[in-house]
Amino acid sequence: MSFGDFKALDDVSLRINKGEFFSLLGPSGCGKTTLLRIIAGFENPDEGLVNIDGIDVLPLEPNKRGVNTVFQSYALFPHLSVFENVAFPLRLRKTAPKAIRAKVGEYLELVQLVDHARKKPSQLSGGQKQRVAIARALINEPSVLLLDEPLSALDAKLRQHMLIELDSIHDKIGITFIYVTHDQQEALSVSDRIAVMNGGKVLQCDSPYEIYENPATEFVARFIGETNLFDASVESVGGGRASLSVPGLGKVLVETAKGPAPGGTAIFTIRPEKIHIDHERPDGGRSDLNVFEGVVEEPIYSGFQSKFFVRCGDATLKVFKQHASYQEEGPDIAWKDRVFVSWSSDDGYIVGPGSDA
Amino acid sequence: MKRNLGNLYAGPMILWLTVFFTVPLLIIVGFSFLRKGLYGGVEWQASLDAWKAVGTPNLVAVTVKTFVVSMVATVITLALALPTGYRMARSKRQVLLLLLVIVPFWTNFLLRVFAWMVILGNNGFVNDILLRTGLVKSSLRLLNTQGAVLLVLVYVYLPYAILPLFSTIDKFDFTLLEAARDLGASKLQAIVRVLLPNIKGGIFAAFLFTFIPIFGAYAVPLLVGDMNSYMLGNFIADQLTKARNLPFTASLSLLVTFVTTIGILILMRLQAAPERSAEADAAIAADYAAANGNGGR
Ligand SMILES: Nc1ncnc2c1ncn2[C@@H]1O[C@H](COP(=O)(O)OP(=O)(O)O)[C@@H](O)[C@H]1O
Ligand SMILES: [Mg+2]
Repeated sequence: MSFGDFKALDDVSLRINKGEFFSLLGPSGCGKTTLLRIIAGFENPDEGLVNIDGIDVLPLEPNKRGVNTVFQSYALFPHLSVFENVAFPLRLRKTAPKAIRAKVGEYLELVQLVDHARKKPSQLSGGQKQRVAIARALINEPSVLLLDEPLSALDAKLRQHMLIELDSIHDKIGITFIYVTHDQQEALSVSDRIAVMNGGKVLQCDSPYEIYENPATEFVARFIGETNLFDASVESVGGGRASLSVPGLGKVLVETAKGPAPGGTAIFTIRPEKIHIDHERPDGGRSDLNVFEGVVEEPIYSGFQSKFFVRCGDATLKVFKQHASYQEEGPDIAWKDRVFVSWSSDDGYIVGPGSDA
Repeated sequence: MKRNLGNLYAGPMILWLTVFFTVPLLIIVGFSFLRKGLYGGVEWQASLDAWKAVGTPNLVAVTVKTFVVSMVATVITLALALPTGYRMARSKRQVLLLLLVIVPFWTNFLLRVFAWMVILGNNGFVNDILLRTGLVKSSLRLLNTQGAVLLVLVYVYLPYAILPLFSTIDKFDFTLLEAARDLGASKLQAIVRVLLPNIKGGIFAAFLFTFIPIFGAYAVPLLVGDMNSYMLGNFIADQLTKARNLPFTASLSLLVTFVTTIGILILMRLQAAPERSAEADAAIAADYAAANGNGGR
């Protein structure tokens, strides 16, 4: 898919299962909306295929695709009441007035807006508009519902609430949702599977767990959650485990199935919450443990957890520590403290070959 | 203090409207109740003659005809202006297109009508081409016809319809059309059910800006029409210049003003009316309650 010389989508291939809550996740401008618009029928790709339920829908007009969209800006019809907005698809199909009332009533009930049926969209709050848009998109009973950043205009608290509501609607009606977002938390918490996109390409398509725990590329690791990334060289490989040399830090053990070639380079990543931080040196008997000694450069208290930037040699590691008072804890870790950071070799990952590989 | 200043600012405007609008209007009203002078002018004697003459069959026929012609010309103008305004609003070269619409205003209105006379005349541009290409044997009568009147009226007032339509369509959120298509509307349905209701204001303005001046048209039928295409404006002008009946001219002019004002008021009413009555809403609400088994709410 190109706009002029600009390639907005490049060789994207996705198989989405029936009834799945599927998310497209990526930074702004990566082509998520363009992909949705191709599925909905508002853009024509230069090449490729869109197949829904075994039917190639590309030659079909948007109104014939059995796909409905919840638009980013809601796109409610300002001249129609909530009732008439939701009834719009039925009126087009000349459904009998009685059936329209029953069905619109049912869908307004689903999104808890029965009491607002007579209002105009301008009289609704953001969350209510959102729900009208959802009811209106669902009333045709589409085989696929497309949602383009549906929560981005809501405040944080309402966003959480609507996300849960969306999830429960999905469970209730069981149709396929294709959900676009640039918010990794949203995607991780509700999706069955996520496709992470960047620059018009799909980098990884997997379950939230795999995306977070086993990112395929440096970009995915960086984009999903926070992480520590290091360029490293591979020293030796054996027994499903590689020994890396990280400049400035030292030798790091990592479990890996991919088996990088010894002598090559690799990008190594470890999530901050997987790193243990303590004043005492951890049990030296474990061979799978990576242990480094360092100095706390910057402790950041943020309520339920603390963040530390720990300088080990020439490298700085980001470490998250949860506050759990039931645990026997030593004295608080403070600025300039000498500490030990450690993590198990199966918590770190190699996310790709190094830049010069 | 503020109020006084406001009055001060409004002062010149009030003075202007009083001297050049209200006073002349009152003079016309006064004249319409006077008796016609023998050699033009008026006699200072109260009379209802001018108002009684308004009901003559001849005049009623001219009025009906003027109304029909104005309506047809306005509908054609709007039908052309609507797609034009739409294309302009969606175009990337809006400024250029706006300029092209405004360019005709740089030429005097009468000159533009004269240009049409040259184009449509017996030895004019169109006939010249038709003769040269052998499509016709002798010149067609294009000028001084009802068709010529309609054509030139539409030409003259098209920009007045395009501009308000363009400015409302430009503010219209086009994702609404995509939403309509997405929900199952054909292209035409999307336009009729979503675009048109949302640009009602612009259509209303375009209608007024074309219908009112066309209803009072005088120069166009005079220059490119024939005897049969005479309109109310020509009738009034004849009363003034040929019959020299000032009171009748006054009562006719007031009638036109009165009829168009009533028309505007009716249109404004229609435009402001909600599309659904309160009773229908109540019925709907009751229906949900019944459908959901929640009892009366
Ligand atoms: N109609 C268009 N014309 C030109 N470029 C476009 C158009 N639509 C989108 N793009 C470009 O394509 C890229 C992807 O856009 P989009 O799919 O909207 O991204 P996202 O939804 O992921 O933020 C962007 O760089 C955007 O500038
Ligand atoms: Mg987008």
